[in-house]
Amino acid sequence: MNTQMNARIALTVGPVLYYWPRRTLLDFYAEVAESPADTVVLGEVVCSRRHEMKTEDWLALARELATCGKEIVLASQALLESAADLRALHRWADQTEFLVEAGDASALRALAGRPFVLGPHINVYSQPALREHAALGAIRWVAPVELALDALALINPPAAPVTGGPANDTPVATEVFAFGRLPLAFSARCFTARHFHLSKDQCGFRCIEHPDGLLLDTTEQQHFLALNGIQTQSAAQHCLIADAPALRAAGVTRARLSPTSRDFATVLDLFERTYNGQADAAEAAAALEALSLPGGLVNGYAHRRPGLERMPA
Amino acid sequence: MQTSRTAHATLPRKPALVCPAGSLRALTLAIDAGADAVYMGLKDATNARNFAGLNFDLAQARDGIAYARSRGREVLMALNTFADARAPERWFAAVDAAAGLGIDALICADTAVLAYARDHHPDLRLHLSVQASATTWEAIDFYRERYGIRRAVLPRVLTLPQVEQVCRQSSAEIEVFGFGSLCVMVEGRCALSSYATGQSPNTAGVCSPPSAVRWEDGADGVSARLNGVLIDRYAPDEPRGYPTLCKGRFDVDGARDYALEEPTSLNTLALLPQLMDMGIAAIKIEGRQRSPAYVEQVTRVWRAAIDDCAAQPARFGVQPQWTAALGRWAEGQQHTLGAYDRPWR
Repeated sequence: MNTQMNARIALTVGPVLYYWPRRTLLDFYAEVAESPADTVVLGEVVCSRRHEMKTEDWLALARELATCGKEIVLASQALLESAADLRALHRWADQTEFLVEAGDASALRALAGRPFVLGPHINVYSQPALREHAALGAIRWVAPVELALDALALINPPAAPVTGGPANDTPVATEVFAFGRLPLAFSARCFTARHFHLSKDQCGFRCIEHPDGLLLDTTEQQHFLALNGIQTQSAAQHCLIADAPALRAAGVTRARLSPTSRDFATVLDLFERTYNGQADAAEAAAALEALSLPGGLVNGYAHRRPGLERMPA
Repeated sequence: MQTSRTAHATLPRKPALVCPAGSLRALTLAIDAGADAVYMGLKDATNARNFAGLNFDLAQARDGIAYARSRGREVLMALNTFADARAPERWFAAVDAAAGLGIDALICADTAVLAYARDHHPDLRLHLSVQASATTWEAIDFYRERYGIRRAVLPRVLTLPQVEQVCRQSSAEIEVFGFGSLCVMVEGRCALSSYATGQSPNTAGVCSPPSAVRWEDGADGVSARLNGVLIDRYAPDEPRGYPTLCKGRFDVDGARDYALEEPTSLNTLALLPQLMDMGIAAIKIEGRQRSPAYVEQVTRVWRAAIDDCAAQPARFGVQPQWTAALGRWAEGQQHTLGAYDRPWR
């Protein structure tokens, strides 16, 4: 038990959810290459119109980061609408160099029979559902963001984990979304384009001007949500930096940190020192709060509360 | 099994009209008004319209099924939330109950529920709920190949050409939404309500639950709050909508507006000839939480429209009295073609 309570919580850099210029993106990953991150998830998961990076660019970046010792996961798009979206999915599914993260049921069909990662937008809410996906080949599970930590322990118990992979004998690893604006919803409508009175097809790629999304406030000026194209996020940063003991107790072995346009190296460093070193969690939380992004810190979902609440760990 | 592909080769197929039954009264009115099938749910969190005063206990379900059967119609049961990690057996018991009632089909989204139904009730017809978020033929085929689903309900996010593509390439029947409140987010993939209230459409079957709603009179108008979050504020003489989170007014960059969606209803009457030409198997009317009068009158209009379109597809036109009748029941008295239409692109 003691070894488990001290086991490393691997840090995953989630996919960049925003539309960043190619140069910005490459600079960001150069910094990640030097960071304590264990795993990097690459690919465009939000909008198929974003074209700063082509398939070959992602693969070249993946190879480069792999040589720096990072495990690479290629994520498929969460909402597929067109034949072109399916073709993009199959470009990931057809390569065998890197692990792929399934974004929807189309990806489950394309990836069945080989080891893969279940993305956070696939609805797994019970152990029988996780078993269904493990039987397809899932070896890692990124839990839906709204699930409480006590539910994770019931779905994939640390003492007797669900097994997956091609021979169905690999314990499924549990990963949680531990930092960043929560991806809460997807739509056919692009809310960024709509805000600028543009159609989706002629959006002018305005989301490139909002590297952390576009804040949506209530009429009382409460920062509430963030618009990111067809995705709606929380305005607040979901942050489980003070919850490491609860994470370990729930069998979580991986924490996903969602990229921010500024201070992300600091975020990675603070999580590494808190989860896998001796840093004080309260001080780390205060340091995160002092960073430049508006919206504050929340962790309600982890504690079976509304996501926008902040609970003591 | 007849597929949309084979149907397409012959005459336009007449889609089944699938209507909401939040109560026994709504069920009988829908059947009398011409529904080919009604869909209902049990009185618990196993269905996605888990509101007080709605839905069926077993005795009511039996009566409803008997009523529909005696008139040659079908009853489908929505069991379309995701089984709770703490008690998945409750969902499996609901599958057993549905099978025991002799329901014509179960409408499910959760792979745990689909697998249970497949393994324990192999003869039970399965439809894939819109909550499963299957937007491509390949996603639908995943569920067909693995769980034997016969029909899939499409999320309201595809354009008409995309719907056609799915119809052509999927080997399952396709059902689309025809009328009712418009869910602007992909169903089954929206946590906005749970973010604000802690109650999730996916697990508790509620969006913007009434228990979290507060109305406040103030000097600057009437405020509608959802668990404290200000969703909208109305001037004294302004009409008020239900504070559904995604249909509130918010500030983005200093501009206050319906930033996500206006309070409006989906109405695809005008698209009927195209939908029928694609071989759509069924058209669903939304609104189990609406009144029996809504169900009756919306069903009546759609029955007439589908029959009219099937009889003379080339000459089909939306009749003004249909639009007027539906307009009375539309949210905010507004209609939209939603994602089917170009402006969303």
